[in-house]
Amino acid sequence: MLTYHTLQAGNRWYLVLTAIFTLVSILGFVAARYMEHEGHYVTGMTNQIVWGIPHVAAIFLILAASGVLNMASISSVFNVEDYKPLARLSGLLAITLLAGGLLILVLDLGRPDRLIVAMTTYNFRSIFAWNIFLYIGFAVVVLIYLWVIMDSRFSKYVKSVGAIAFSWRLILTTGTGSIFGFLVARDAYDTAIMAPLFIAHSLAIGTAIFILIASISCSLNEVRISTDLIRRFGRLLLWFVLAVAYMMTIHHLTNLYISGHYNVERFILKEGGIYTWLFWGGQVVLGYLVPIMLLVVGKTLIVPRVLFASVFTIMGALIQIYILIVGGQSYPLNIFPGYEVIGGWYASQPGNYFPTLPEFTLGFGGIAFALLITIIGLRVLPFLPSQFKRDSTVE
Amino acid sequence: MLDQPRKENRRKFFQTAAAGTALLTLAPGVRLVDLAVAKDDADEVTDNTRWGMLVDTSRCATDCDACVSACAKEHSIEDTGRPDTDAQWIRKVDLKDKKTGRELSLPLMCQHCDEPPCVDVCPTGASFKRADGIVLVDKHTCIGCRYCMMACPFDARSFIHEKLSNQRSYAPRGKGTVESCTFCVHRVDKDQAPACVEACAEEGHHALVFGDLNDKDSEISRSLAEKSTRELRPSLNLGTGALYHGL
Repeated sequence: MLTYHTLQAGNRWYLVLTAIFTLVSILGFVAARYMEHEGHYVTGMTNQIVWGIPHVAAIFLILAASGVLNMASISSVFNVEDYKPLARLSGLLAITLLAGGLLILVLDLGRPDRLIVAMTTYNFRSIFAWNIFLYIGFAVVVLIYLWVIMDSRFSKYVKSVGAIAFSWRLILTTGTGSIFGFLVARDAYDTAIMAPLFIAHSLAIGTAIFILIASISCSLNEVRISTDLIRRFGRLLLWFVLAVAYMMTIHHLTNLYISGHYNVERFILKEGGIYTWLFWGGQVVLGYLVPIMLLVVGKTLIVPRVLFASVFTIMGALIQIYILIVGGQSYPLNIFPGYEVIGGWYASQPGNYFPTLPEFTLGFGGIAFALLITIIGLRVLPFLPSQFKRDSTVE
Repeated sequence: MLDQPRKENRRKFFQTAAAGTALLTLAPGVRLVDLAVAKDDADEVTDNTRWGMLVDTSRCATDCDACVSACAKEHSIEDTGRPDTDAQWIRKVDLKDKKTGRELSLPLMCQHCDEPPCVDVCPTGASFKRADGIVLVDKHTCIGCRYCMMACPFDARSFIHEKLSNQRSYAPRGKGTVESCTFCVHRVDKDQAPACVEACAEEGHHALVFGDLNDKDSEISRSLAEKSTRELRPSLNLGTGALYHGL
């Protein structure tokens, strides 16, 4: 019989982590208030780079939110019993990470005080407006899902509600990718592959974050996740990282083939300065090659390698999202093909972006807030399993 | 040419889907009527008029920025010394033809598209197009998300990065919201030409012609009948209100 417990309060690390997350969350709110009061000129964002570090952190968290739910879906929808002990944690993280991401987005608005306008006045031709419904709906569906998996009276609904949650998360990530895919004006975006790319991305980020948070929170409760399960997570992560690398390769190869998009590829892959360095060094090497090597090399997949692969996947994903959002905007619009802009319009050159402390603080504040409400959730409700199935083999 | 029916289908799909979603959704403040009735702040504005601007680059002087100065004065757009974050409703761009080496100068501003991407993407509907083709931002419902700036194909929009002072009552602006050229709607509604057009004429260049594209007898229509013009980024099929000659 599977039993669940709350997070033990007596653990010293529980107190330390709670204090850190609280402090960084408060600093994030202070930074947001400062940006709102002074105006966005105190950030590195400009009229050319209109979305910066806060959006990188927000998109990262929103992708992670839909990705972590995958673990619960594997258990409920695809009937993999070994994943069942962690299904509750998966659902909790889906909500908390989404909340953190949305909080950053709202606090970075030019007029965050007009949140009520955003919630009540809609333009349904905007994919952004659709996303507001997708995000709220996702949180509601996952809450219902958590309810049915935590209350045995509703166990017969687990599979059907799980299937709805799984479908919703796919649609949600499609919507998030389409925010960029529908931008016909910019050569760096404007492609339908953004939707499947974001889905693959969310699966990789979500799995990596889940591996780390599940390992840490179970160890805080002095429960050891079975090595077999971590290995399974690791193999899953490998497939998802390969999927992201494949989608990214197709995206860049397609752009190289389209003559109108060739120059933006030359910018990102060869002549984009910081973005080119980040692409090859951060996204490709740290984000793809290192985790893939860690997960495939060697006879047996040991737990530390899975954990390190998760860390590198997260680092690579943050860099990849940075290149996508900031690098994509930095590449200038091609308004006058056949002409060289010799004066008057500064944005005809690649845009410079120097993020400032308030932006980083807001971004990290949102991530810390997501982790803070996660740890509070773990403390008040029984999300963590008391034990796992024993390992089939002994290392 | 092939893109147009596809675009129409896409719009019909979104409109139908939007209506369906609205019927299914009981979110607070969702007004079903709004879906059927276009937003129109001024009742007397109709689509009988389509305001447009002809930019004759052969008359536009490289060393002249009278249009930019007039716009800044008209709307109280101040230079803070931070060009990356300062508002720019109109800017002069100097170009050189890569093949022939010919140099020219032209003003770049909101192109007041028939199918404006900024209006499509705006989540709250703050970006809107009047029936007469003028694209505006409702400063009361703009939340400052900047998605319209991501979507604008002409880099024509500015986000207000800091506090403003000395505002004009006829052109309210606000920190944390997005703005762009209004074709001087406050003047147009009083049958006056936009400030940039007037300033260009005062300088003796007459590079800018403003008027009703639907009126065959208007100066702009007569000029368009005589001169070959083109839209910027024509492949996007936006139907811009601004048209350029000599580009």
